[in-house]
Amino acid sequence: MTTTETSQAEQVRRAGGPATSTQSLGARMAARAGGGVMRVFLVLVGLFWLMPTIGLLLSSLRGPEDIAASGWWKVFTAPSELTFSNYQRLLDNSTITDSLLSTVLITVPATFLVVVIGSLAGYAFAWMEFPGRDWWFLVVVGLLVVPVQVALIPVSELFGTIGIFETTFGVIMFHTAFGLPFAIFLLRNFFAEIPRELLEAARLDGAGEIRLFTRVVMPLGGPAIASLGIFQFLWVWNDMLVALIFADSDSPPITVALQQQVRQFGNNIDVLAPGAFVSMVIPLAVFFAFQRQFVSGVMAGAVK
Amino acid sequence: MTTATAGGAGSAPPADKRPDTGTGKGTGGRSRGGVTGTRRTVAAAFLLPALVLLGALVVYPIVYSVYRSFLDQSGTGFAGLDNYEALFTDATIRTAVKNNAIWVVFAPTVATVLGLIFAVLTERIRWGTAFKLIVFMPMAISMLAAGIIFRLVYEQAPERGVANAVAVGVHDTFAESSGFPKAHPLPVHPLKAGGGGSFVTKETVRAGQPVSLPLVGVVPAKMPGDAEPAKAATASGDGITGTAWLDFTKGGGGKPNVVDPKELGLKGLTVEAVKDGKVVATATAGADGVFTLPASADGSLLRLPADNFREPYNGVDWLGPSLVTPGIIGSYVWMWAGFAMVLIAAGLAGLPRELLEAARVDGANEWQVFRRITVPMLAPVLAVVLVTLMINVLKIFDLVFIIAPGSSQDDANVLALQLYRTSFGTDADLGVGSAIAVLLLLLVIPVMLFNVRRIRKEGRR
Repeated sequence: MTTTETSQAEQVRRAGGPATSTQSLGARMAARAGGGVMRVFLVLVGLFWLMPTIGLLLSSLRGPEDIAASGWWKVFTAPSELTFSNYQRLLDNSTITDSLLSTVLITVPATFLVVVIGSLAGYAFAWMEFPGRDWWFLVVVGLLVVPVQVALIPVSELFGTIGIFETTFGVIMFHTAFGLPFAIFLLRNFFAEIPRELLEAARLDGAGEIRLFTRVVMPLGGPAIASLGIFQFLWVWNDMLVALIFADSDSPPITVALQQQVRQFGNNIDVLAPGAFVSMVIPLAVFFAFQRQFVSGVMAGAVK
Repeated sequence: MTTATAGGAGSAPPADKRPDTGTGKGTGGRSRGGVTGTRRTVAAAFLLPALVLLGALVVYPIVYSVYRSFLDQSGTGFAGLDNYEALFTDATIRTAVKNNAIWVVFAPTVATVLGLIFAVLTERIRWGTAFKLIVFMPMAISMLAAGIIFRLVYEQAPERGVANAVAVGVHDTFAESSGFPKAHPLPVHPLKAGGGGSFVTKETVRAGQPVSLPLVGVVPAKMPGDAEPAKAATASGDGITGTAWLDFTKGGGGKPNVVDPKELGLKGLTVEAVKDGKVVATATAGADGVFTLPASADGSLLRLPADNFREPYNGVDWLGPSLVTPGIIGSYVWMWAGFAMVLIAAGLAGLPRELLEAARVDGANEWQVFRRITVPMLAPVLAVVLVTLMINVLKIFDLVFIIAPGSSQDDANVLALQLYRTSFGTDADLGVGSAIAVLLLLLVIPVMLFNVRRIRKEGRR
């Protein structure tokens, strides 16, 4: 009974009409106008949200003199001001191009290592037997929320002792370690959902532990591994704090290279704006290409 | 073959599936046993890389930080609780603690409320996905890039920073901009300073004698575009007439106190007639600088009120000491409201439609449905979003470091920034730095325990 009423109401609503036909014309008009106001509001909010980014993009496309003289919104009346010269100069600037390379050299290994080491441990926690397994897993869960700040001082001393302070290798290790709790948490939960029969069948076919892991578990874990990889990639690519402390100051990643420019903010927007935009291109491309995985990673990581 | 375990009912895996693990203890009651019959060495090999990294770079630092926080600056002497005392006595650190509290209270709340509003409003709109994409996008970029973006937004000069361009635009719509900052008379002119930035005539004015009000000091380029060459006023009956003009000829050749041909009228200048300290009449100069006052102004002094010479409104000092923290929180909300929105939207999609529709059929309006049903049912999601954002905000660093200019960085200080500054600058004090780190850790421990308890419960199920 209730269900039929509901579905009728649903149909009426879907059709764009009022919830019940008994509503007065005035109420219906008010509802229609309310919807219109809401739409306008959302469009305005959307524009408002886009505006800072558009401001950066347009600023990056104007020459230094134009930037100093007027705001980016002037291009709407004088579109001839737009130029790629800032980007040309940026790509000739070896500090910036080298730093982009450094970012890649840090991000790719750090992502790869987290995925591999996290998968190994996640699989062990999901399907292997060893004493204190559940207890160990709870320790990993506890480590999810440990702030990186706690490790800055001790690890810089530790890295200094073993001679990897201010090296790319050190940065990669740091990022891998702090990516692991989330990686293990996510993958263990995902691997645990793999049907037992599948693993047992493979086992009976004579697959060893390594084979089982590479041929069955890893391929089945694809979606979770994709989410994890994207998350870790963005996290490392966008990091500034860890790199600020642990990266080689001769070849810093792009975030640190730009941060050094921010000190003279005001007269170098022609470097900062295109630099910031270049640093955003890869994350944004990843974001738009893998929205679904990104969102599911966000959902899973809501405890981090 | 594998029937026994299919239903997951078997509390222990069949014996033949785990031939040589040795220990059977600890496996009872688990839904997933070691299906593969692993030797412990293999398990250890799978776990080793993770455990080594976590142990050396996450667990050991926690222990070391606690230990280090009780040592003095040099790291050799025991300092007791001195470093923790510094957290509450040192003025800069106290600001950081205070600002962190502001951050933790406001940033997550504002982001969550906006996320909730956006999620609810976009739910039934066809292009809701596009809207969500726009709001969610800033999450993908670095805080450094967001910082640079907002440095541009908050730029002080209204002709460059969009926030101040809007502020000035709004301000000037409601309060007319003043015309002639820095304009002033020369000693030879019949005007003198009248106090508070105004100017008055040296002598009283008489009907039938046109008054000269010459001023200098306005850059010709800053003159109103529609100002016309000034005209010497002619006497007219009982009224007082006069000319207010810029007594300056571009390229030279003009004489002081004389209305020369190319000199411009001070359009819009306010002239007050003052008798015995009271304003008896007011006039505004026309495009040619001519003004007319009624006969009642006869025998008064003419005053040019200070409003004529006010500096133009220059916008809000967004990154100054008082607004810098709210300003940076604004940039954080810009980045993270999308996160709240996406999680809440997922929660909304999971709500039972029938319940909402039933309430509508029963006559509840949209607001009542939202207030009484949607929000209470979303409470768990809202809690997760708030807690996640709080943890995130606790360690906020990049945005403050990038957006706050050097001059107001002390005012914008937060714990993570203070930790960086005390530990990695010149004259580093690793004792105090470690104490800050331990404080940050203590603040997340409740969440840590909550997570552990939740996972343990799920594991039992």
